[in-house]
Amino acid sequence: MAQVFQVIGTRPIRHDGLDKVTGRAQYGADIQLSGMLHGRVLRSSHAHARIKSIDASAALKVPGVEAVATAADLPESGDRIAHLGEGAVNLRHLSSNCLARGKVHYKGQAVAALAATNPHIAEEALALIKVDYEPLPPVMDVREAMKDSAPKLHADVFTEEMGQLKKDKPSNVAKHFQFKLGDVHKGFAQAAVTVEREFHTATVHQGYIEPHNATAMFNPDGNVTIWCSTQGAFTVRAQVSELLQIPVSRIKVVPLEIGGGFGGKIRVYLEPVAAVLSKKTGKPVKILMDRAAVFEGTGPTPGSYIRVKLGADKTGKLVAGEAYLAYEAGAFPGSPIGPGAMCIFACYDIPNVLIDGFDVCVNKPATAAYRAPGATNAAFASETVVDEICRQLKIDPLEFRLKNGAKEGTRRADGPIYPRIGMIETVEAAKKHPHYVAPLAPGSSPFPRGRGVASGFWFNIGLKSSVTASVNNDGTVSLVEGSTDIGGTRVSVAMQLAEALGIRAEDVRPVVADTDSVGYTDVTGGSRVTYATGWAAYEAAQDIKWQMLEKAAQLWKTDLDNVVYDKGVIRAKDDPAKKITFKELAEKIQHKGGIVVGRATVDPPWPGGAFATHIVDVEVDPDTGKVSILRYTAVQDCGKAIHPSYVEGQIQGGAVQGIGWALNEEYAYNAKGEMTNASFLDYRMPTSLDLPMIDAVIVEVPDPKHPYGVRGVGEVPIVPPPAAIANAIYAAVGVRMNELPMSPGRVVKALAAKK
Amino acid sequence: MATVFIPALLRDLCGGRETVSVAGATVREIVDRLEAQFPGIKDRLCQDDELRASIAVAVGAEVSRQGLSAAVAADSEVHFVPAISGGNLGHVCN
Repeated sequence: MAQVFQVIGTRPIRHDGLDKVTGRAQYGADIQLSGMLHGRVLRSSHAHARIKSIDASAALKVPGVEAVATAADLPESGDRIAHLGEGAVNLRHLSSNCLARGKVHYKGQAVAALAATNPHIAEEALALIKVDYEPLPPVMDVREAMKDSAPKLHADVFTEEMGQLKKDKPSNVAKHFQFKLGDVHKGFAQAAVTVEREFHTATVHQGYIEPHNATAMFNPDGNVTIWCSTQGAFTVRAQVSELLQIPVSRIKVVPLEIGGGFGGKIRVYLEPVAAVLSKKTGKPVKILMDRAAVFEGTGPTPGSYIRVKLGADKTGKLVAGEAYLAYEAGAFPGSPIGPGAMCIFACYDIPNVLIDGFDVCVNKPATAAYRAPGATNAAFASETVVDEICRQLKIDPLEFRLKNGAKEGTRRADGPIYPRIGMIETVEAAKKHPHYVAPLAPGSSPFPRGRGVASGFWFNIGLKSSVTASVNNDGTVSLVEGSTDIGGTRVSVAMQLAEALGIRAEDVRPVVADTDSVGYTDVTGGSRVTYATGWAAYEAAQDIKWQMLEKAAQLWKTDLDNVVYDKGVIRAKDDPAKKITFKELAEKIQHKGGIVVGRATVDPPWPGGAFATHIVDVEVDPDTGKVSILRYTAVQDCGKAIHPSYVEGQIQGGAVQGIGWALNEEYAYNAKGEMTNASFLDYRMPTSLDLPMIDAVIVEVPDPKHPYGVRGVGEVPIVPPPAAIANAIYAAVGVRMNELPMSPGRVVKALAAKK
Repeated sequence: MATVFIPALLRDLCGGRETVSVAGATVREIVDRLEAQFPGIKDRLCQDDELRASIAVAVGAEVSRQGLSAAVAADSEVHFVPAISGGNLGHVCN
C-alpha cells in the first residue's frame, strides 16, 4: 500500500530562499578577511609544450607582490592513486592540473600563481612571469589521438585493459574495456533490420554561473582553513591533504553557497594553490577565476566518437547491439567512458551485446563530471539509431520502447540485473500525455515541423552522508548536514526529517556545515543527496523519536513500552488522556535538563536507477538551419518526489542543458589548439528566451529500499534531449544529424547534402 | 555457489567462459578461488590487496562499497564493472 505523507509531496518555501533572492547569501567571492591577499593564476598559452623554465624574478620585484607559486612548491605526489571517499584519483595528474609540472597539456592549464596586495597588482605582475616553452604539436580530436602517429601527451601512459598495461609503447589511449553479453553475430543473423551509424559529439562545459573560487588561510600552527565553492567539502579536504601532504585533521573546508556545479566543482583547482600562497605569505589568499579561465582551465565534458549498430527482428524486437565508444579524456586519463558504455543500451532488453570503450587523452582541459557523465553522448547515438529502426519497421517509437524497454529482471550489458525500475512507466506516461496524443500542429510559418522522442538512463548513487539534528525548546529542530546545497536539497532533506518526526518542514532549520562540524559526507553528485542525506535525516529522526519516547516515559513515570510516537504526538498506551505533542515535550524536557540530539550516518545501497522519456516538437528553417523548440515534455521516474517544485526544476534544468548540447554548445578550437569562444557571448547556452516552458511530468515508481521511495532526479533529464531533437529534425526535414551540436551551419550542410 | 560473470577482457584467462560457479562468503574468497582456478586473474582485478581503483564489484544488482570485503550469498551473481562515483572522480583514475 502506498505510504500517506503529511510533508513529503508538498511545496514549502526553501529555507535558503530569502537569503538568495535578497542577495544576502554568502558566496566565495564575498569572503573578505583581514590582511587578505589576492591571487592570480598564470595559464599556459600553448596547447602542448614542454616547460623549459619559469622566471618570476621580475614579478616578485613589483611592490605589493608577496609570493609566487609553481609546481615546485607542491610536494611530488608520485604516481599514486588516492581513494578520496567517492572515487580514486591519480595524484600526479591532479597535482599537475593545479600547477603544471614539466609540461603543459592544454591551453589554459595553470602554470604559476602569485599573491599580491590587490587584484590589479596581481594581474600586472602576472604578465611579468616569464615561461620558456618548447612548443609541441597538439592533438585535439579523439580519433586522431588514437593513431600510432599522433603526438603523445604522456611518456608514461600506456593502454590498460582490465588490469593489464600494454607497456610496449606509450599511448594516448589510456584504457580499453569491453562488455559482452550473448553472441552478437548470432543476434544480428536473426535481425530483419540492421542500422549502423557513426556519431560525433562536441566538448561542452557545465556552464555554472559562479566561477571557481578559493580562499585559504594557513596558520602558523600548521592548520589551514579553506573557503570555497564546491560540491563536496570533504572531497576538497581529502584532495588538499593528499596534494600538500597535510593530515586531514589540520584542514577545515568551509563550503559556501554554490552557484551551480553539475559535476564540475568536485576536483580542486585553486584550493591547494591558495593554500600554498597563504603558507608562503602568512596571510589569507583569495583566488577567483574569470569566465575565460573557467572555460579554458576547468573540466568540460568530453567530445566523443561513437559507432552504434542495432538489429531488430521483423516484429520489432531488438536482437543485437554493438557499440564502439571513444571519449576524450582531455589532458589526463579519466573520461566518463565507463558509465557511457554502461548506459548506451541501458534502456533496453537486448540479449546479444558487444560494447568497446576507449579513454583517450587529447590536448584539451582534463574532463570533469557533467550531469550523468558520459550518458548523454551515448544516448544521442543509440536513441537516434533506435528511431531509424522504428521508421524502417513502421513502428511507433513509444510502442517500440514498450516492447523492448528494460524492466525489473532485465540484464544490462555490463552484467547486473535491474531491480524495480520505471523505464516502462515513463514510456506509458509519455504515450498518454496530451503532447504525444495531439497531432503536430502546423504553424503560421512555412517552415517544416517534426516530433521526436528519446529515452535515457542514469545510475544514481548512494555513498556516505551524515547529519545531526538538535531539538530546540521551541519545538524546532536544527539540522546540520554535510551536503552542499545546489538544487534545493536543504529543503528536501529537511522535509524527510519533518515527515519522520511529524512536524512541519518550516520547523526544521537546515544548515550546511564545514568539515569540522559534521560527520563525513560524500559529494553532492550522482543525484544522491535527497536519496542518501535524506535517508540519514530519516535515521536521525528515528534516533530523536526514540529519545523523545524515553523522555515521555520518564515524565509520566511509565515504562518505555507503554509510550508510542504517532505523527508528532507521544501517547501512553494505557491512558488516552496522556498525550503530548513534539513541541510541548521539547519545551518540557529543556527545563528538566534533557537534551535531545539525533544523529545518523548512512552508506546506503545504490538506488535502482533513473529513467526518462522526452518528447519534443521542433521547427526547422531550411534556409538558415535554425532549429526552434516549439514544445518540450520531459517525463521522468523520480521514485518519490519529496518537493515536486524542485524535482520539476531539476527536470527542466537538465532538459535545457541537454538542449544546449543539442543545438548550440561546443568548444571551438583553432589549429593551434586554442579555444576561440571562451566567453558566454561566443559559447552560446540557451536562455529562457530561446525555449518554451518545459513540461516536467513526474512518474513515481518508488525505490523499494529507500524509506520514502526516493531515487534521485538531478542527472537523467540531460540524457534524452539531443537524440529527441535529432529525431524531431529528421521528422521535419528528412536528414539524420549525426554530430553535436546540430547548429544552423551543420543543419544547412546536411540539407544541402540531401539535395 | 555464487555465479561470477567474467569480464569480457579476462575470459581468455578462463578458457573463454562467461560465467564460473565459485564458492565463497566474500568477494575476497571468490577472487582467491578464481585465482587458484585461473592463475593471473587476481592480478588483473586487484592491486595492493584491494580491487583496482577503476573496478567496482556488484553483488546481485547492487554495486558494493565494500570491495573485496563485500559479502556474497550462495546464490548471488558477482560482476566486476567499471567504477563510477558521485562526481565521477573515479573516472580520473587510471
